Amino acid sequence: MSASQKITYREAARQALHEALTQDERVFLMGEDVGRYGGTYAVSKGFYDEFGPDRIRDTPLSELGFVGAGVGAALGGMRPVVEVMTVNFSLLALDQIVNAAALMRHMSGGQFNVPLVIRMATGAGRQLAAQHSHSLEGWYAHIAGIKVLAPATIEDARGMLRPALEDPDPVLIFEHALLYNMQGELPVDFSGVDIRHAAVRRTGKDVTLITYGGMLWKALEAAEQLAKDGIECEVIDLRVLRPLDDATIMDSVRRTHRAVIVDEGWRTGSLSAEVTARIVEQAFYDLDAPVARVCSEEVPMPYPKHLEDAALPQPEKIIRAVKGLFGKTDS
Amino acid sequence: MTDTDDIRSTVLAELLRIAPEVEPEELEPATPLRDQVDLDSMDWLNFIIALHTRLQVDIPESDYAKLVTLNDVIGYLQNKLQA
Amino acid sequence: MDEGTLLEWKVKPGDAVKRGDIVAVVDTTKAAIDVESWVEGTVHELIVQPGETVPVGAVLATFAAQGEEPKAAKAPPVPEKPEAKKGGKKTAGEKTTEAEPAPAAAPATPPPVPVGRAKFSPAARKRAQELGVKPESLTGTGPQGSITLDDVERAAKATPAAAPEKSRAAEMRKTIAAAMARAKREIPHYYLGETVPLAAATAWLAEYNAGRAVTERVLMAALLLKAVASAAKQFPEVNGFYRDGTFTPAPAVHAGVAISLRGGGLIAPAIHDVDSRPLSEIMPALADLVQRARAGSLRSSEIADPTITVTNLGEQGVEEVYGVIYPPQVALVGFGRVAEQVIAENGAIRIVPAVRASLSADHRVSDGHRGALFLAKIRALLQEPANLAKAEP
Repeated sequence: MSASQKITYREAARQALHEALTQDERVFLMGEDVGRYGGTYAVSKGFYDEFGPDRIRDTPLSELGFVGAGVGAALGGMRPVVEVMTVNFSLLALDQIVNAAALMRHMSGGQFNVPLVIRMATGAGRQLAAQHSHSLEGWYAHIAGIKVLAPATIEDARGMLRPALEDPDPVLIFEHALLYNMQGELPVDFSGVDIRHAAVRRTGKDVTLITYGGMLWKALEAAEQLAKDGIECEVIDLRVLRPLDDATIMDSVRRTHRAVIVDEGWRTGSLSAEVTARIVEQAFYDLDAPVARVCSEEVPMPYPKHLEDAALPQPEKIIRAVKGLFGKTDS
Repeated sequence: MTDTDDIRSTVLAELLRIAPEVEPEELEPATPLRDQVDLDSMDWLNFIIALHTRLQVDIPESDYAKLVTLNDVIGYLQNKLQA
Repeated sequence: MDEGTLLEWKVKPGDAVKRGDIVAVVDTTKAAIDVESWVEGTVHELIVQPGETVPVGAVLATFAAQGEEPKAAKAPPVPEKPEAKKGGKKTAGEKTTEAEPAPAAAPATPPPVPVGRAKFSPAARKRAQELGVKPESLTGTGPQGSITLDDVERAAKATPAAAPEKSRAAEMRKTIAAAMARAKREIPHYYLGETVPLAAATAWLAEYNAGRAVTERVLMAALLLKAVASAAKQFPEVNGFYRDGTFTPAPAVHAGVAISLRGGGLIAPAIHDVDSRPLSEIMPALADLVQRARAGSLRSSEIADPTITVTNLGEQGVEEVYGVIYPPQVALVGFGRVAEQVIAENGAIRIVPAVRASLSADHRVSDGHRGALFLAKIRALLQEPANLAKAEP
């Protein structure tokens, strides 16, 4: 058994950035409060002193401006990592992400690619109210021309940045805000991860739970409880929201014949809807029950703790949805 | 269709539809059919109707007396089809 | 029969239904029965789902009469709990769902929808085809009562194809045993026999059939049936039902025809109004009835309402048969083999085709004298076959 170190998700993300800054001079970090303050989520703490103001750049509160600067730097041969504080604020930069970064290779007839990485926090659960708490990564998964990653584990937080920087096209990395304090083991000889495949985080024969990001841990908790009731859940962590790894999903659903998708986004027009559609398209005749979804309630994320909890997918909701597929519902 | 084997298989197939319990290989071709198979007058009529439909052969009631054994039936149908 | 299992719906909500239309197929101990509608209107709601077993008298479905506004217009009625329906006689669950406030409130699992065709998961349907499992043999245990892979595989394991047939035969034997034991326990039978010359009938039938296509030929059995019904019309004490100490004559003669089933068992469904229909209609009705009885697809009214039974055992070679009355009926007419017999008539001996006719009758309702006249009437009618072939000879 190889040795491992116990670190937080934040530390894993920090190590990844540190490694990139150390190994490649073209890499630099840019965003609101990433320098002197050390990052809103403290991921870049100490970097300003270590790498200096040229490579750890504090920006004005202008997402459209600094994301655009990142696109320009990438076009100019740099490998920028742009941090947007939360996905909610990234809407200000949509034009640069969707119309510039995602389209440049196409619009230039293949002459210019944009090797840009944008990191942002997503998700609710910390009582930050509606404007800081939504999960809009499903929107970005709609956009052709970019890749969308959702690291849910220590290994992915540590490992996804390198292949993202190596990718010649824009890559968006969504870090769930609730995960930064999560602790976990990282092997000392950790050698990296790919950004092409979904991962089976728990094997089971009765039903497939498909999820990503912060919801992975709620799905695993639900699976643990369901196992006591004799229902063996397979839990798939999508990891890559665009392009989706259909093969891993279908392979599992064809074995379990049932699928429940857990997505912190709103149900309507969501990533969960896309996954549902693909299952119905590709594995219809293997389904033994309708596909079920557990999503956030369709309300702006509430501020009070009890209402925020009620609006989000929770293990109990997941358990109820799973049991509903077996004709036994707890009421 | 005048081949004896074809007629035989048609006759047996229709007989089986009416009396599914019959084992064709156990039928004695020269023993009266109704001694071997439980056929009432309704079954017999349905059998005649089926042969009529399948082979387009008219079988008047006055000829029923000639159709005693399986061989009788096959021979009768063969004659009719050749005529 | 005190309960039945719904096999299949032949209609769906919104369908217009006339009296006599077949709306469902129900499995009883005797056979799979086509259930007819007694009313005219529009199907409102199907309450019992295929696979459910319910007592006789349970509400299977509700209809809206013509012009009546179906209540479903407000919101689809939702049965509160499918299990609750098995209890029986309550009508459609009138509990209605709240109008959905907004798409925001979409629940994690969809609400139960009104029942239409059996819900079959795609995987279960595929597996059932692979295993050759008949959908009607399945009971759903999945969400919304759907049939799942497990249900299919359980059914495939549980039923090596022949088993249900065997139990059907055993159930039928039990039913016959109960009815016949009751008949011999309760009905004081008396028996009469009579030789009926059939020279005229045989000759007339031969001539009738000679000119007709094979599909239009008439059997002696149909002529005998018509003779019994026409005679019974004039002897109400042999045609009807004895219930609770009272005899009720029937207004028409629905002749029950004893049909032996291949593989054992007996069933005696009715041909309706034999007394008032011509022979040309009786024959196809008889052919159709025999065929359907043996295929196991009789209608509910055919099973329920014979007013007198006719059994024809001569085909198997016996000279005469004295049958057991099927309660609550009060008479049964039996015929033996039609064969040439020596008959002394007007000081001469003749050899003519003839049949032994017998009457088993209920002494609580009729006496031997009237019974003898009834048999004599059958004999007389059969001497004038051309007349007998009319609707009302």
